[in-house]
Order: sequence, then C-alpha cells, then structure tokens
Amino acid sequence: MNISDHSSILIIVIPLIASIINIFISLFKRSLCYSFFLLILGICVILSIDILSNVINSGTIRYKLGGWMPPWGIEYVVDHLNAYIIAIVSTMSLIIAVYSKESIKQEVPEPKLPYFYSTYLLLTTGLLGIAITGDIFNLYVFLEIASLAGYALIAIGEKRSVLASFNYIIMGTIGACFYLLGVGYIYIMTGSLNITDLSLLLPNLYESKVMLAALAFLVVGVAIKIALFPLHRWLPDSYTFAPSAVSAFASATMTKVGIYVLIRVSFTLFEPRFFTEITPLSSILVWWAIVAIFFGSIIALAQTDFKRTLSYILIAEVGYMVFGVSLGNKQGFIGAVLHILNDAVMIACLFMIAGGLMYRVGSRNLENFLGLNKSMPITMAAFTIAALSMIGIPPTAGFFSKWYLILGAIEAEQWIGAIALLFSSLVNAIIFFKLLEKIYFAKKDNIPKHKFPELPFSMLAPIVILALSILVIGASTGKIISKVIQFTVPGGF
Amino acid sequence: MEIIIGKYNYWIYIALMMIGFYAMITKRNLVKKLVGMNIFQTAIILFFISTAYKKNATIPILIKSQEVIDPAQYINPLPHVLMLTAIVVMVSTFGVALAVIIMLYKQYKTLDEDEIIEQLE
Repeated sequence: MNISDHSSILIIVIPLIASIINIFISLFKRSLCYSFFLLILGICVILSIDILSNVINSGTIRYKLGGWMPPWGIEYVVDHLNAYIIAIVSTMSLIIAVYSKESIKQEVPEPKLPYFYSTYLLLTTGLLGIAITGDIFNLYVFLEIASLAGYALIAIGEKRSVLASFNYIIMGTIGACFYLLGVGYIYIMTGSLNITDLSLLLPNLYESKVMLAALAFLVVGVAIKIALFPLHRWLPDSYTFAPSAVSAFASATMTKVGIYVLIRVSFTLFEPRFFTEITPLSSILVWWAIVAIFFGSIIALAQTDFKRTLSYILIAEVGYMVFGVSLGNKQGFIGAVLHILNDAVMIACLFMIAGGLMYRVGSRNLENFLGLNKSMPITMAAFTIAALSMIGIPPTAGFFSKWYLILGAIEAEQWIGAIALLFSSLVNAIIFFKLLEKIYFAKKDNIPKHKFPELPFSMLAPIVILALSILVIGASTGKIISKVIQFTVPGGF
Repeated sequence: MEIIIGKYNYWIYIALMMIGFYAMITKRNLVKKLVGMNIFQTAIILFFISTAYKKNATIPILIKSQEVIDPAQYINPLPHVLMLTAIVVMVSTFGVALAVIIMLYKQYKTLDEDEIIEQLE
C-alpha cells in the first residue's frame, strides 16, 4: 500500500482526529499540546505538497471513500484548483499556528489553550474538506464544520467579539441554509449529489426554472459566507475583535475557500455557458463585485482602527476575486485565482502585524504607527512589503494579479470594472502611504518617547516569511500560472 | 387552487421558513432570534423529508426473497439520511450559539440587543 494514494483522505482525517486526541493529551501534559498541534499541521503541509505534486505530474486524483462507486458513494476529487487551494490553506494554517504561540497567550488563559488548538484544527479540517470533496452535500457539512469552528474562535477574542460572533452565527447560518436549499433543489431534479455526475446531468435541465432558483440560492448562500457587499455585515466586527491569530487565519483562508466554492458551483457544477449566456448571473455578479470594490475601499478610508481598515480592504479584495471569476474570460479568471494566493499571503501578513502591534503597543489605532521603525525595524520592513503589494507596485505579488484582472476587464470591455480596480488601488495607496509616512518620516517631537522591543522570534519569523514570500511569489508568477493556474481555467473561455 | 393544494408541503415549508426568517430579522431578544434560526432550519429539513414521500410506498427495507425491486414501492431513503446529518449540524450550531449567548449574558447581564448596543456606546 502506497501512502501517497491515500493522502487526499489522510489530510482530512488526521487533523480531525488530532483535534480530539489533543484534548486527551492536555489531561496528561498540557505543554505537549502545542508541539502536537504543530506536528499535525506540519503533516498536513507535507500531504498537501504531495497532493499538489501528484496532481501536477499525473492529473486529477479521484478517491472513493469506503470503496463505494460514485455517484452513490462520496468521492474526493482533486484537480489543479483543489490542490492549489489545499496547499494555500494548509501552509497558511501552519505559518499562523507558529505565530499564534506568543500572541494567543495574551488573549486566552493558559489552561484553555488546548481547546483553542483543537478548535483551530477543526477549522483547518473544515476548510481542507471544502476544498477536497467532490460531493455538494458533503461540501455543506464541511462548510458548517469550518463555520462552527470559526464562530467559536472569534468569540474568544476581546470583549466585543462575543456579540460579533453571535451576529456571524445568525448570518452564517442563513448562508449555509440557502446553500442547503440550493443543493436540495438540484437533488430533487437530478437525484444525484456528485459534482462530476451532476455536471453531466444538469445541461438537460438548463431551461428549467428550478435550476435558476437553485443557482440563486447557492450563489447568495456563498456570497454571505464570503462577505460580498452588502452581505458583509458580520465581517468587520468579527475580524476586528477576534484574537489576532484567528483574524489572520480566517481572513487568509475562509473567504478564499468561499471563492473556491463559487468557482466550483458556477463553472464545474454548471457549465460556463449557463453562467454567462443562459442566465444573466455573470453580469449581475460583475456589477455586484464592482459595487463591493468601491464600497469596501471607501469605507476602509474612513477607519481609524488598523484591523477594521484591513477588514474593509478585505471586503474590497473579495470584490476583486468575484469580479475576476465572473468576467468570463481567461485573463480575468487567472487574475482571480492568482489573487486568491496573493491576497491570502498579504492580508495574513498585515493582520499578523496588526496583532504584533496589539502585542507590544496594546492598541490598534493608526496613530500608534508613529515612528515605529525605530523600535520594530524588521516588522515595519515586512509591513512595507505587504503594503506595497496591497497597493500593487511591481515587483510585489499584488501587482501581477491586479495586472491580470485589469487585462481581463479590458478584454471584456468592462471599463467601470477597470476603473474600480484602479480606484481601489489608489485608496490602498492613500491608506498605506499615510501609514508609511507615520512609520518612517514622523517628526521627532511627535514620536512617543517610549521604545518598544522588537516582536518575539516566534511572531517575527512568520511575518518575515510571509513578507519574503510576497516577493518570491511575485518573481515566480509566470511559473505558478504555467504549472497550476492555467489548468484551472474552465473549458469554453 | 391546484398549485396550492397539490403542493401544500412546499407551501408549509415556505411559510415556516418565512416565520423563522422574520424572527431572525426583527426580534430584539437574542434567544428569540435563535429560536427563529431553529425554525428556519427545521423548515428546510421538512422540505427535504417531504420530497422523499411517494404515494402507496413503504419503508425502504429489502426482503431477501424478493427478486424484482420496484423503486416506486419504496420511499426514497437518501433525503432522510442527508437530513440526519443536517440535524447534527443544526444541533451543533444551536449549541455553539447558546454557548455564545451565555457568554453574552455574563458580560452584559441582558439578552436584549438594544440594551447590549447601548452598553457598548
């Protein structure tokens, strides 16, 4: 038996079981929990790399659970897009887990840490499960596992996080229920739940009104989960008040996995022609995303809290990705898929820096950046790279995905979309250049006298790794596209 | 008329769902919101279960001696199985939400949303 054959199921089962074992370990020796937690996430990263290389070398992996033949049994299907998302999620979870060691100590009392680690593992399981499954009902279950773990993790943050978490529960449940209803409609019409099987069965039903309703339910459900404006109400509060490691992890992966679900639903479950020609959904989503980009950017400008600013920027970024996906041409799609990776790295890096600011300075207000380059030079250098990438200045990664998105917008003659992208870059430039000015060019007498020490190594290292990987990803964009992303583009583009 | 009577199970599910939705949006008490959420989810479960029903059909247990299997004789078991999973999801959502409500009550000594927002300001 070759272990590599089973890596697509192991990557789900290992963190799931580990989250329970972790609790038992804590009963005997609490200090072991953290090492165990890192070990499991490390195994996930190795498995995800194995899956990615398998997919690149030998194409789509199909794993039948329990030997039941699809479409009756549940099937795990890993193609280039799945493998790409899995690699992003597992790598980010490991990096942020390293970071969480110091930052979470201030936010969670020590005896409760094992529960934090268990919930974190559950969140990872849910996100990986969404990305790996080939069954739409199974996807709903994983969506709820991820969301439930997310609610719990957000609620352990600052005082106000509890109310934010409650609002998220209400909104998130509506989203998941809408998704479930969409699944129900599709099941009634076809009697199948397997995505590959459905993609063959559904084309005969494209004229049916039920398919329209199903698609509407699925898309709105997912739109709530990815916080697409105006369904974003839960996001800013949740991500602002959550513990810093959680906001970094959730912002980097939860919305991205949601975008993945949107891509699956609109291009694999249904054919691209259903999405663009038979229904007007493609143009609806394009305009919806444009509004989201404008809105997110404008509101982000008005914030004084750094994490809240980032949350609104994230809403605009979600708009970017939905925009690229729904343009319906190759360039835009490549841009959106590339942006999933870039945005995950950039926003996680910035949220981690915000957490570092909380850790040392004790406040997230933008004013606290004054003269910080004196006390935290390395963190601020990382911040500069991430900020430049957010604005989209070459050679950082953010430039390339934005470049493809704008190319896609021009190809689709969607001029207002191109303007929205440029406008959002401009707003990001205003926000981040203001901060960079505060950091590097503050007047001597404005700078607070008190000097803070640099962040501890276990927090600094993940930040620096992500900042460097922004540059590396930027330099190897061509390679990523030719090895992975070009195969994710759906046929017919 | 026929569309109302012939498909009454769908109307019931829509009505229940809207009741739940209304409670989630308008009620200011957090527990009432949660109850609304539960009604909303239950409506979806009823919807799935009712689609499995067939007239004059029986429970899907195969008898060994029977050689020819006529699917029209049996109720579709798959929606039931799916809903078992959905019920588990629902119960855990409810559990997490109740835990969050307990935390909220400890912090604010009230469960009224307006009063909580007042305290925040």
